[in-house]
Amino acid sequence: MAEPKAGAPPAERPSRKEGGAPGGRKQYFRRRKVCKFCTEKIDVINFKDVKLIGQFVSERGKILPRRLTGTCSVHQRALTVAIKRARNIALLPFAAAI
Amino acid sequence: MRKYEIIFVVRPDVPEEDVDKLITQMEGVVTSAGGKLEKTEKMGRRRLAYRVGGHREGFYVLFSLEGSGDTVKEFERRLKVADSVLKFLSVRVDEELKRAEKFKALRAKQEARRPRSKPPVSPPAPAAAEAPQA
Repeated sequence: MAEPKAGAPPAERPSRKEGGAPGGRKQYFRRRKVCKFCTEKIDVINFKDVKLIGQFVSERGKILPRRLTGTCSVHQRALTVAIKRARNIALLPFAAAI
Repeated sequence: MRKYEIIFVVRPDVPEEDVDKLITQMEGVVTSAGGKLEKTEKMGRRRLAYRVGGHREGFYVLFSLEGSGDTVKEFERRLKVADSVLKFLSVRVDEELKRAEKFKALRAKQEARRPRSKPPVSPPAPAAAEAPQA
C-alpha cells in the first residue's frame, strides 16, 4: 500500500518487530491469560455458582469478552449460557447501576 | 428419563413454615406427575440482583429431579399458580453432566498415561546417584 512512497517505513518496520513501537509506546510484557475453567478443571459451569460466574461480568453486569478474561472459546460459550440463566433467576443483574 | 433442575424464588414475606409446606407440596407434584425426586435444597434467603414485583429479596429453592417433559410441565404449571412464587427456571442437566463425565474420563486416561511416560526418565537418575556411592 505505502510501498511507492516509502523510503522510511521499511526501516521502521523491523524496529517494530523488535518490540519498540515507532509511536514510542512501551511494550509491556503481559502474562499469558489462560482459561480459568481449563486450568481449574471445572467441567460444568453452573449458573447457581454466582461467586464464580460473577468474576466474568463487568461492574455494569455485562459479560466480559474473551480477550479480557482469557477464557477459551468452549468455556466462554458455556459461561455465556450460565450467565444468562443466572440473570433470568435474578442471581445476576441484566444491567447494574454503578 | 431426563434430569432437570428447577429453581424457584419464593417471596420474602412468606414465613419459613409456609415455604416448607410449599416444598412438600411440590415434592408430591413431582412423584404424582411421574417423576423421581433426587433432592431438594433450600438455598436460603438471598438478595435479588434486580427488583422482582417490588421485592429486593427472595427465598431460593432448588429441586433436582428425574422425569419427562410432562413432569416439568406440570411442575411449572403449579409454580405459576402459586402466588408466593416470584420466579422459576427449569434447566435440563443430563446432557451437560454426561459431557462432563466424558471430560473427566478423558482426563483420567491422560493422567494414567502421564506416569507411564515419567518412569523411563526417573530410573536413570537414581541409578546415576547410586553409581558414585558404589
